[in-house]
Amino acid sequence: MSDRPGISVLDRPNSYIGRTVERPNARRLVQGRGAFVDDMKLPRMVHLAFCRSPYAHAEVVSIDKAEAEALPGVIRVVTMEDLKDIMTPWVGVLDHLKGIKSAEQWPLANGKVHWQGEPVAAVVATSRAIAEDAADLVMVEYNELPPVTDMMTALDPETPVIHKELGDNLCFERNVDEGDVDKAFAEAAFVAEETMRFNRHTGVTMEPRAIICDYNPADEVLTLHMAVQCPHMSKNLYAKHLGLDENKVRVICKDVGGSFGIKIHTYSDEMAAGAITVLLGRPVKFVADRLESFVTDIHARDHVVKARMAFNAEGEITALDMDDVTGIGPYSVYPRTSGIEANQVVNLTGGPYKHRNYRCRARVVFLNKNVMCQYRGVGHPIAVAIAEHLIDRGAVALGLDPVEIRHRNFIPDDAYPYTAPSGAIYERQSHHQCLDKLVEMMDYKGLRAEQAALREKGIYRGIGFVSLVEVTNPSPAFYGVGGARIASQDGCTIRLDPTGGITCITGVTEQGQGTETIVAQIAASAVGVSMDNVRVITGDTDVVPYGGGTWASRGAGIGGEAALQAGKELRKNILKVAATILQSDPEALDIRDGAIIDADTGTERMPLSELGRIAYFRGDTLPHDVQPELVVTRHFVSRGFPFVFTNAAHACHVEVDIETGMVKLLKYWVVEDCGTVINPLLVEEQTRGGVVQGLGPALFEECLYSDEGQLQNGSMADYLVPMAAEMPDIVVGHVETPTATSELGAKGVGEAGTAGAPGAVMNAINDALGSFNVSLADMPFTPEKVLRALGKV
Amino acid sequence: MSGGNAMEKTYPVTVIVNGTPMTALVPARLTLADFLRNEAELTGTHVGCEHGVCGACTVRVDGRTVRGCLTLAVQCDGAEVETIEGATEDGRIKDLQDAFIERNALQCGFCTPGFLMAADELLNDNPSPTREEIREHLSGNYCRCTGYQAIVEAVEMTAARRRGEAQ
Repeated sequence: MSDRPGISVLDRPNSYIGRTVERPNARRLVQGRGAFVDDMKLPRMVHLAFCRSPYAHAEVVSIDKAEAEALPGVIRVVTMEDLKDIMTPWVGVLDHLKGIKSAEQWPLANGKVHWQGEPVAAVVATSRAIAEDAADLVMVEYNELPPVTDMMTALDPETPVIHKELGDNLCFERNVDEGDVDKAFAEAAFVAEETMRFNRHTGVTMEPRAIICDYNPADEVLTLHMAVQCPHMSKNLYAKHLGLDENKVRVICKDVGGSFGIKIHTYSDEMAAGAITVLLGRPVKFVADRLESFVTDIHARDHVVKARMAFNAEGEITALDMDDVTGIGPYSVYPRTSGIEANQVVNLTGGPYKHRNYRCRARVVFLNKNVMCQYRGVGHPIAVAIAEHLIDRGAVALGLDPVEIRHRNFIPDDAYPYTAPSGAIYERQSHHQCLDKLVEMMDYKGLRAEQAALREKGIYRGIGFVSLVEVTNPSPAFYGVGGARIASQDGCTIRLDPTGGITCITGVTEQGQGTETIVAQIAASAVGVSMDNVRVITGDTDVVPYGGGTWASRGAGIGGEAALQAGKELRKNILKVAATILQSDPEALDIRDGAIIDADTGTERMPLSELGRIAYFRGDTLPHDVQPELVVTRHFVSRGFPFVFTNAAHACHVEVDIETGMVKLLKYWVVEDCGTVINPLLVEEQTRGGVVQGLGPALFEECLYSDEGQLQNGSMADYLVPMAAEMPDIVVGHVETPTATSELGAKGVGEAGTAGAPGAVMNAINDALGSFNVSLADMPFTPEKVLRALGKV
Repeated sequence: MSGGNAMEKTYPVTVIVNGTPMTALVPARLTLADFLRNEAELTGTHVGCEHGVCGACTVRVDGRTVRGCLTLAVQCDGAEVETIEGATEDGRIKDLQDAFIERNALQCGFCTPGFLMAADELLNDNPSPTREEIREHLSGNYCRCTGYQAIVEAVEMTAARRRGEAQ
């Protein structure tokens, strides 16, 4: 689909771009020799456990820590009174989300608690076990307050206001009204309408959140060993709120046991750990246990959306009108805010389609539940499911195939760049190509024939499609313009070592998606060395270029481009030195597989190790005007478009047992377009993992709260995550439309699977049950809900 | 959850960890997972849920896999315990580890040692598991990154290679 000329660096002989190569960092992980935060011990390190609120909303009347402090091994019990003088509170708002508001948040309860699980007191002890024992001995007297737990009534005048100083429970509202929506609905041949519910769920990273904070009062340096996606953001926040010199805060992030957007936010308990190491002057470790994770790791989604879509007689969408309410926690999460997900729903719903009439109201309301914020897919699963469900309803009503109705509505290929009525701008999308390829891959005709044949036997199978757009490679438009010090640019330093190998030091981070591998592939290709001779360093703010880290599917697109540009420049510098040594012209030389060669003939002239030897140890043999510069840093920020959108088409095949209500996932297909594919296997595995993280909440995962704001299923035994036996095989195909915003042309891929899967499984279930005239739109689709829809319970 | 309080009663145990006897005084409540991580300093055994669901702490005790978080260290007095580090040194699962890398059957790697221990047991018991049997056997181990397919294929590939079938 690319009409750009071939790019020399990407097309060079021995290029690793587009090839599946092994991940150099995988071997230590399969041998159990990873370095996760909890694997570390530091001298004089102490352990932290928290006494947490059992109530969703209450005043803290008194805290008696005497008994806890008397337990042998307890060093100190810390409450907010102890921390007030050494840190400042935070407020999760961004300037560009107009009107967003939140309350001041402290690391420990400051007179009130606002959700079950909020930390009230921190116990410091010589072991985790003692700290936990002592946490049970902290006596807190509460005065219970009525909790606000229903998002649909949170804004009613009779509902208590959680933070009096804010005036009401509204965090953020955004409205869009483009074109003439009312006229389109008045003239519609068919209107599809549905109220959809998107369940509250959470990330369940296999490694819980973990941090070691180590403050050295002698040199005033704070070192944070943390599992985090964005080390520089953390560096800034700890410095800012602890009143430290930012240059003296160092964040070190080694292996991270899954993140998916969980380990990118400001958490009270982690900030408390930072304050307590300053207080005590010794290292403090906090590792959340699984029960704490469920009540404190950010939750996601929790939207109720009333939406309708107007169609003309030809099956063209003429308008989309919707009202989205989302219930967050008692605070907008700092610093990315809890307004972004609703904002994404407004920006992206109906994204693949050409309709010009669009109205949307999104409201974000405070609740006395755990905080809600950006988790893999951010808003996309909701936006995709809304439009894709309604378009399927239109197809059924108008007698069109779901594939055909999508083709009729896609933004035409020749209309790009295209500005959607929400304001989203698409550089170039490949919806027709992706859907065509998908239909071919899955043998759509065969599946429909099988579906009809099995229906005769009382077997109900369904096929669900979605087409989607996904935000990747964000520019400063995401956070920077809103005043958050979250870098959208990233950098890469590449050094030619005397051995002839290269070391790449990058600001983007690794949580298993393969960041280090693709940076190595790009750098090896750009410089001209073998992958075996590349070492990649990430995750240490004292070492790596200043950058944003890994979020919003930016690692490959932003960090990859920085690596490419650094590699190209280093290659030029190496060739200059080589030309001097070889008395040749840089243009006449090239680097291939770690050696300087004649560009024309490919004849080897000198290994890079020899060039390294001369440059580093025998500079005396070079002319006086030649100073080798064998370290190069380049940065990249995406410009031209606020975001680089990817697109994809998904299909899900299910069988619904109408007697038990069980949904069996038979197979799943994805055709994704993430631009230049750097490593096909990594793209496929990111896609598969992403899909399963979308299937989970569509079928099983839900944080169930009581009316009192108590989480009912906050353990891994009660909160259901997908297991191997129930997940389908997932077939992945690629279409490549490189972005012209970078030379590499890569877009992100980490979130698109999660974005599409809930809508696809919803559509498949409704397709399976089409003959019963039911509509399931309340996730997760449990057997009970299926049977209720069928009128069987 | 290592280390009880100073008043807590401790018990002497000798555990044969990866072939080497190790003697320690442990509180009754110390789990095998915490014993391995904190006393033996073998950090390849991971703790994901501490109530026997996620499988990240899967290790072998006297030849069978157990949950390290549901087994107490005092129960293992005299037992042979093998962790991912021991299985690696033994060389027995090198082909399985290689297949995990080749197939990218791990992303963050936190669950991986547990999966390898569970898959090793499956392949010992059943040299020709079907994909369904592999999925079923591995359903006691959670992975949030991969979506499982790559893990299933790495195990399937290893089984086929051990049977001498090219894959």
